[in-house]
Amino acid sequence: MTDDVNNLADLRHPPPDCTDRSDESVPLDWDTLRTRLSGAGGRTFWKGLDELTESPEFLDYVSREFPRQSGEWMDTVARRSFLKLMAASLGLAGVGLGGCLRQPDEKIVPYVRQPEDFVPGNPLFFATCTTLGGYAMGLLVESHLGRPTKIEGNPDHPASLGATDAFAQASILSLYDPDRSQTVLKGGQISTWGEFLTALSAELPALRGRDGKGLAILTETVTSPTLAGQLRSLLKELPAAKWHQYEPVGRDNVRAGAKRAFGEYVDSIYHFDRAEVVLALDAEFLTGMPGSVRYARHFMDRRKLSRRDGPAGATGHAMNRLYAIESTPGLCGVVADHRLPMRADRIEGFARALAGELGVAVADGQVPAATEVPAAWLAALVSDLKSHRGTSLVIAGDGQPAVVHALTHAINRSLDNLGRTVETIEPVEAEPVDQLASLRALVESMRADEVDLLVVLGGNPLYNAPGELDFAKYYEQVRLRVHLSEYFDETSFVSHWHIPAAHYLESWGDARAFDGTATIQQPLIAPLYQGRTAHELLASLSGHPELTAYEVVRQYWKGRWGDADFEMRWQRALHDGVVANTKAQPHNVMWSFTDRASASISPLADHADLEVNLCPDPTVWDGRFANNGWLQELPKPLTKLTWDNAAIVSPRTAERLGVSNHDLVELSRGGRTVRAPAWIVPGQADDSISLALGYGRTRSGRIGNGAGVNAYILKTARPEWFVGGVELKPTGERRALAVTQNHYSMEGRGLVQIGTLTQFEHDPKFVDATSRHPENLPTLYPKYEESENAWGMVIDQTACTGCNACIVACQAENNIPIVGKEQVGKGREMHWLRIDRYYKGGLDNPETYFQPVACMHCENAPCELVCPVGATVHSHEGLNQMVYNRCVGTRYCSNNCPYKVRRFNFLNYDAEFGYDGDQAPVLKLLRNPDVTVRSRGVMEKCTYCIQRINESKIEAQKQNRPVRDGEIVTACQGACPTRAIVFGNIRDSESQVARLKESPLNYSLLAQLNTLPRTTYLARIRNPHPDLEGPATTDTPPIHPTAMDRVEGGER
Amino acid sequence: MTQIFHPSMNTFAKVTIFGGLLIFAAIVFAWDRINRSPYVTEADVVRDQPIPFSHEHHVSGLGIDCRYCHTTVEKSPFAGMPATEVCMGCHSQIWKDSPMLEPVRDSYRTGKPLKWTRVNDLPDFVYFDHSIHVAKGIGCESCHGRVDQMPLMRRAHTLQMTWCLECHRQPEQFVRGPEDIYRFGKLSQTKAHEHGLELVKEYGIDTRQLTDCWICHR
Repeated sequence: MTDDVNNLADLRHPPPDCTDRSDESVPLDWDTLRTRLSGAGGRTFWKGLDELTESPEFLDYVSREFPRQSGEWMDTVARRSFLKLMAASLGLAGVGLGGCLRQPDEKIVPYVRQPEDFVPGNPLFFATCTTLGGYAMGLLVESHLGRPTKIEGNPDHPASLGATDAFAQASILSLYDPDRSQTVLKGGQISTWGEFLTALSAELPALRGRDGKGLAILTETVTSPTLAGQLRSLLKELPAAKWHQYEPVGRDNVRAGAKRAFGEYVDSIYHFDRAEVVLALDAEFLTGMPGSVRYARHFMDRRKLSRRDGPAGATGHAMNRLYAIESTPGLCGVVADHRLPMRADRIEGFARALAGELGVAVADGQVPAATEVPAAWLAALVSDLKSHRGTSLVIAGDGQPAVVHALTHAINRSLDNLGRTVETIEPVEAEPVDQLASLRALVESMRADEVDLLVVLGGNPLYNAPGELDFAKYYEQVRLRVHLSEYFDETSFVSHWHIPAAHYLESWGDARAFDGTATIQQPLIAPLYQGRTAHELLASLSGHPELTAYEVVRQYWKGRWGDADFEMRWQRALHDGVVANTKAQPHNVMWSFTDRASASISPLADHADLEVNLCPDPTVWDGRFANNGWLQELPKPLTKLTWDNAAIVSPRTAERLGVSNHDLVELSRGGRTVRAPAWIVPGQADDSISLALGYGRTRSGRIGNGAGVNAYILKTARPEWFVGGVELKPTGERRALAVTQNHYSMEGRGLVQIGTLTQFEHDPKFVDATSRHPENLPTLYPKYEESENAWGMVIDQTACTGCNACIVACQAENNIPIVGKEQVGKGREMHWLRIDRYYKGGLDNPETYFQPVACMHCENAPCELVCPVGATVHSHEGLNQMVYNRCVGTRYCSNNCPYKVRRFNFLNYDAEFGYDGDQAPVLKLLRNPDVTVRSRGVMEKCTYCIQRINESKIEAQKQNRPVRDGEIVTACQGACPTRAIVFGNIRDSESQVARLKESPLNYSLLAQLNTLPRTTYLARIRNPHPDLEGPATTDTPPIHPTAMDRVEGGER
Repeated sequence: MTQIFHPSMNTFAKVTIFGGLLIFAAIVFAWDRINRSPYVTEADVVRDQPIPFSHEHHVSGLGIDCRYCHTTVEKSPFAGMPATEVCMGCHSQIWKDSPMLEPVRDSYRTGKPLKWTRVNDLPDFVYFDHSIHVAKGIGCESCHGRVDQMPLMRRAHTLQMTWCLECHRQPEQFVRGPEDIYRFGKLSQTKAHEHGLELVKEYGIDTRQLTDCWICHR
């Protein structure tokens, strides 16, 4: 790595003290805080801890549009020399006569032979798939003149249903990442694929001679039928060779739990579309799990008020109910009707108690019962589950131990849910194994010098193997190490051969979804560099270096389908993005589980003991997306933290340990130590610390290097994601974290309207009348002529899970730059769409609300009147248009915007990152050609995806018809797994958006300003259990000794 | 008290004041002229091309329809440029040894595309769509001029925003009947603008929206 890149990395991750947030540690005033929350003067909604205490620093922070330092002239150039330079440059430029006015010559390069069905200027969409943790999600990828530019979900694919998650959206940036490995490297020196093949073929005869003894292959989770077929035939040829699997965010617990319950490996898939009562035990089923996008859709479809299959009730409304118990606040906890924070290692006790209540024979004694669960809470849950036999669902998180999964199966079985809401299918994985055991076996044989040739296909074990296994130490004992990966990463660095892996959009392959459906992964572009696939590498190992991935995949499917009408089936599979009839068959299971106390994880030592939860990061996952700038800068849903991970502690634990935000703390266990900044999150379980994986990369590239701390160091060789017996020591140092939490504080106005289902049935118009559209208020704003279309949007806050897919989709669609940690610290992030997060109620377990906010396209737009150059003006369709070429950057519009949704290009951000066309030409290919790439000094904001509006309008006008409802799908709407965002013509009374605007739940943000925003919100509706609603819960005796001050709303 | 300034200074002052204004006006005028001159707008400037292709010969001489080569004009924002094989469709039979056409044959042989210089070039922040214009009664001639009389291709108009707006403000002055879109010179309807308002109505053009910024800029 060159010095330049290092310097760049420094810019991204400034040392402490470079932003104004890193003043000396100011202990939080906990007493004031709690008083404010419980007292009559306390505000109902709050955004963060600083806001609550109303510290002078905070007040100073919010009183400015941008935080303190952003207003200052940061450059060392003095004013006079600046003027001199400007004058000189103006003079040299000939005041625009020479360079600016005349356009440079452009070339048109037509085809020699034009491909069929291809219309230059119109994009094409191809079906393919991406994988996370081995499981596929079907995609439709937009391609402009042969370059993929945008990812959409494939409506025909069971795991996508037309939507995507944030990872899939951002994966397009990884394709064009200039830091991707570009060439075969031998010991760090540039080499070629040919040389590698020569070296490999020299090894093969000896290897064959000893039946493959000494050969080990390490893969991540494999669902690809072709890859599995190749591995199996290789193992048949070389029976003494070993295939190991390791996925850092593994599902060992799920597998082991199934084995314990049913005696064999089976996968469970969930039918949220049939479930009325759901209990999530530390299970984040709305994001990250195989099938999450589908689950989120189905779960929310049963929550929306558009659902009309309810029982009795005058309105016929019905909603499912979610109970969530979680150690660290996650999306499920936010959407849950009842949430309890609980240490991850105590959930087993709770599961056992619940199972006992439901009539499952459980062992007792060994694990302390989960005493923090109020009796009323448990009773309500049990009665709800019992009254919903066959329509309830209990789901355990991937990080919970196997016994919890087995208990969950037992509970579902006792509730007659098996076969109804939970379906067991043949395993989707090609070779389900205990992956930790598999990795341990590899380490063992490396230590015993039994591995002669190790081929690592993807993955980065040197970084993400559990620290306890010392993988790095023994890896270097292997005589010949080959690593296939997209980046020259930590593992590549100590490998003899590094083979650059092709991105999934560059390679042929296949993969299976959570329910077994196979998809052929077809490339949209030839490898940009010398990328190779695992298929090619394995073919070479089998002595067939001449085979391409395309041939290998076709061969496999030919073997499965036979020669007859192969081509037709192949074309059909490519076109549809799913291979017909590949869904895994339901697998009837035998019941073989008896709960034994010995199966438990080690019982808790005592209360003072701290546990650390090593969970995948909601944005960079296990570290594989560390160099993806869009994901690094994506605010994490709950903490709104960017570019870093942090040790997340509960307010009470922070109080006990004397820790404040930004404090650097030392976490240690068994001689392994990690220093991470602390971040206090209301709703975190006490004595439980969450530290996300995926950070602290040293060789990920210019974006990911140096961001955050490496949590894998603390990871043990046990399958649970949490470890107990951790010590936390404040170091007295501080590390500034860049959060978007307190920016754009809305000063406690009632922006999120909430209600319960019961409340709604009694009084459908419960939404605060002042936040509804005021009718015919007098206004000084000019009236605009109405045209045929009036675009508007409705965001259903009940359905929003805060998963962030919309933000990344918007970023990809609209060429939005990233700004870096330092700039985020100054409040200059460029996201056109943000998701605000509000807390309500007690400090220890508040209710949390998400609210996506983008430009509202006000009919009376305050921004328009203050622009001195007419750069933001109204269109006849009611859009608030931003004209970049007119903008001179006064920022008056942003000042006058009550929603603070305008974004200003303070710097030429792409150039800052070496991401502009000159320094990284490859990134030019990423740009959406339908949207202008903005330069420094101009304002920008959400356009309602005007490029998509225009495209549909043009199509409609060519056919002389009005634009159909649903024809225009904005980027955020398209990505939303739960269809919480609806866009359309509000003048067409039949359109979905117009009908939603008629809903009594519809309201505007800051309606009292009479801005008449075109984007409105549907109030968030919760469906709490009648017994748990209201003041009844406060009577519950507190169990935890320090829970005496638990304030109202603490349990719900 | 003696006068500080000599009386001739009066004249000097007048000359400098009015002269200054005059010079300023001259600069503004010159600036404006330069901006509208072919030097800047590149209107009426013939560009170098790999082959001296004559639209005059192919359009008025041979009567080939615009869409024979510009195939995607009705389907896409981009009118389309003919692939080499389209040229070779005829030129493998006629003029097949012409030295002028050597680049075409070379391209066909080697698979290397021809590189034409763009003549009608809009700035990148303008999103022009051919398909909607031809669908709504704007003929090729309206923007590209008498291509049928151009032996070598040149830009017929400035393509400056003010020129675009002439039509976007008053489309009835420029729209033609569907049968005249690809016609040059004499139209079948004698005078387009007599029927303009009817045509605008027939095409369903919402004239108010045509000057919204986001119609062309995004």
